[in-house]
Amino acid sequence: MESSFQALGQAQPSRLLASGLDWRRRSVNIVMTALIAGAFVLAMLPLFSLVFEVAKRGIPGLSADFFTTDARGVVGGGGASHAIMGTLIITGVASLISVPIGIMAAIYLNEYGTGRLRRALTFFVDVMTGIPSIVAGLFAYALFEIFFGPGIRLGVMGSVALSLLMIPIVIRSAEEVLKIVPDHLREAAYALGTPKWKTITKIVLPTAFAGLVTGVMIAVARIVGETAPLLVTTGVVDSMNTDPFNGRMQNLAVYAYNEYRSPGVMKQAAYDKAWAAALTLIAIVMVLNVAARLVYRRYKTEIR
Amino acid sequence: MDRAFAHAATAAALTILVILAGVAAFLVAEGAPALTAAASDLPGGKGFIDYVAPLAFGTVLAAALAAVIAVPLAVAAALFITHVAPPRIALTLGYLIDLLAAIPSIVYGLWGIFVLGPAAVPVMKWLEEKLGFIPIFDGPASVTGRTMLVAGLVLAVMILPIVSAVAREAFAQAPRRLQEGAQALGATRWEMIRMTVLPFGRSSVISGAMLGLGRALGETMAVTIILSVSGAVTFNLIGQANPSTIAANIALNFPESSGLAINALIATGLVLFAITLVTNMGARAIIARQERI
Repeated sequence: MESSFQALGQAQPSRLLASGLDWRRRSVNIVMTALIAGAFVLAMLPLFSLVFEVAKRGIPGLSADFFTTDARGVVGGGGASHAIMGTLIITGVASLISVPIGIMAAIYLNEYGTGRLRRALTFFVDVMTGIPSIVAGLFAYALFEIFFGPGIRLGVMGSVALSLLMIPIVIRSAEEVLKIVPDHLREAAYALGTPKWKTITKIVLPTAFAGLVTGVMIAVARIVGETAPLLVTTGVVDSMNTDPFNGRMQNLAVYAYNEYRSPGVMKQAAYDKAWAAALTLIAIVMVLNVAARLVYRRYKTEIR
Repeated sequence: MDRAFAHAATAAALTILVILAGVAAFLVAEGAPALTAAASDLPGGKGFIDYVAPLAFGTVLAAALAAVIAVPLAVAAALFITHVAPPRIALTLGYLIDLLAAIPSIVYGLWGIFVLGPAAVPVMKWLEEKLGFIPIFDGPASVTGRTMLVAGLVLAVMILPIVSAVAREAFAQAPRRLQEGAQALGATRWEMIRMTVLPFGRSSVISGAMLGLGRALGETMAVTIILSVSGAVTFNLIGQANPSTIAANIALNFPESSGLAINALIATGLVLFAITLVTNMGARAIIARQERI
């Protein structure tokens, strides 16, 4: 196709030269296309290697004990139930903090905000997405240290640190779905004399509901595997603690790190558990991601 | 009620500013003792600047290495999705790239030290033998794989999705008429990409690269686990002795530290916060300027 166009465009005497050029251009095209495709495959290799290795190395460490017992007073053995519970509590409290703030802020940005303040806030939300997770952890530590003294470690500190990372994600995704709620719905409500807050709570939010839920699930998936901020805030502990306001609390990511870092005498058993925790984390993240997509597809409001 | 709701929404939005100001304020408050303390009381005993400088060097080196590896790959992967792959599967392929961003950093760390590191040992040996005259491959090559090169590779994989996502968005918006015009004039697909798509996406690629850089600067666990640190300041990417990074140094030392050492770590965190803030604001400014055009 291309060569025939080329031939048409060229004068007859230079036919030989033209086909030479043509050959060069075509081969450059083929080489570059191959490089582009190759780069994509290369970028995908780590994903497949990672999922494969985590599954292969994680499965030996999975057992009923892993999910049902903690590691208190057990040398080299024990399970991770305390870490799983800790992950659920810390992430849950972080969501309780982040979701209301995030969605209300998105409502402000999309429904109320105007002018300079709105632009500035959008900019700072973007900046906030770039806060390094370890800095979020240090902030939570510094905040609580001022009130409770040095060396403080609490589950809720981890939640505060994670909220810092979660709020901008929630705002971003909520803003996105609020934006696609069509204006004629709002206008119809106003025309009927509905006050603005009622329009938002009864028309806009229900229309955007599936998208909001999806956004929150994706945000939870993003923070559930965070390690660094929890390493400096929630501490390390071997036994179950279900009170985020009292004492240290273990979680899966820090558990995996510690099993790797200080494996103790039964090295392989500890590594197995680190991989099992990694596998559990990946499973949680994947389930959240897939469920988020299913929720969106199943419950989204058809907007015409 | 209408007023109350509006105020609640405004308050939530202003919380963002309060939080950002709070992060800066509390880090300054808790980091300040380390800045004013006598040099001999700090870890290392030579003052805060001498303490943080090698860490900042390692941070920037690791992040720059990651960006150098990731950006070309991410741009090519984005092009593959928007302009090469059949449109029907493009969405799925994009989803696969995004999955890389969903994997927790601790898992990347374990993968790096147990899988990629050992696999990289013979490669690094080869680099030392054949390319050892280049200072970055000076060696002696590490036998454990816990090197800057491996850490940079893992960081590259971690930032690839964000760079790729920004590039993808820009490439998908490249004006159709220019692309069709180029092809109508007989341009090959690569010529069409080079002459219409890449120039259009250039500033997005730059800002995406900076966002990726910002992510790599602050990434903690992968580096903490993979890198065997010595505090050395060296460009040698494949040796045993590597500079640490600010984030990894905090993660390694914070749990066992107390007193002034904690303040010093928080002060380094403040430095990291400042570096990433500048990088991210630069990236966002480029994006914002482009959106206005």
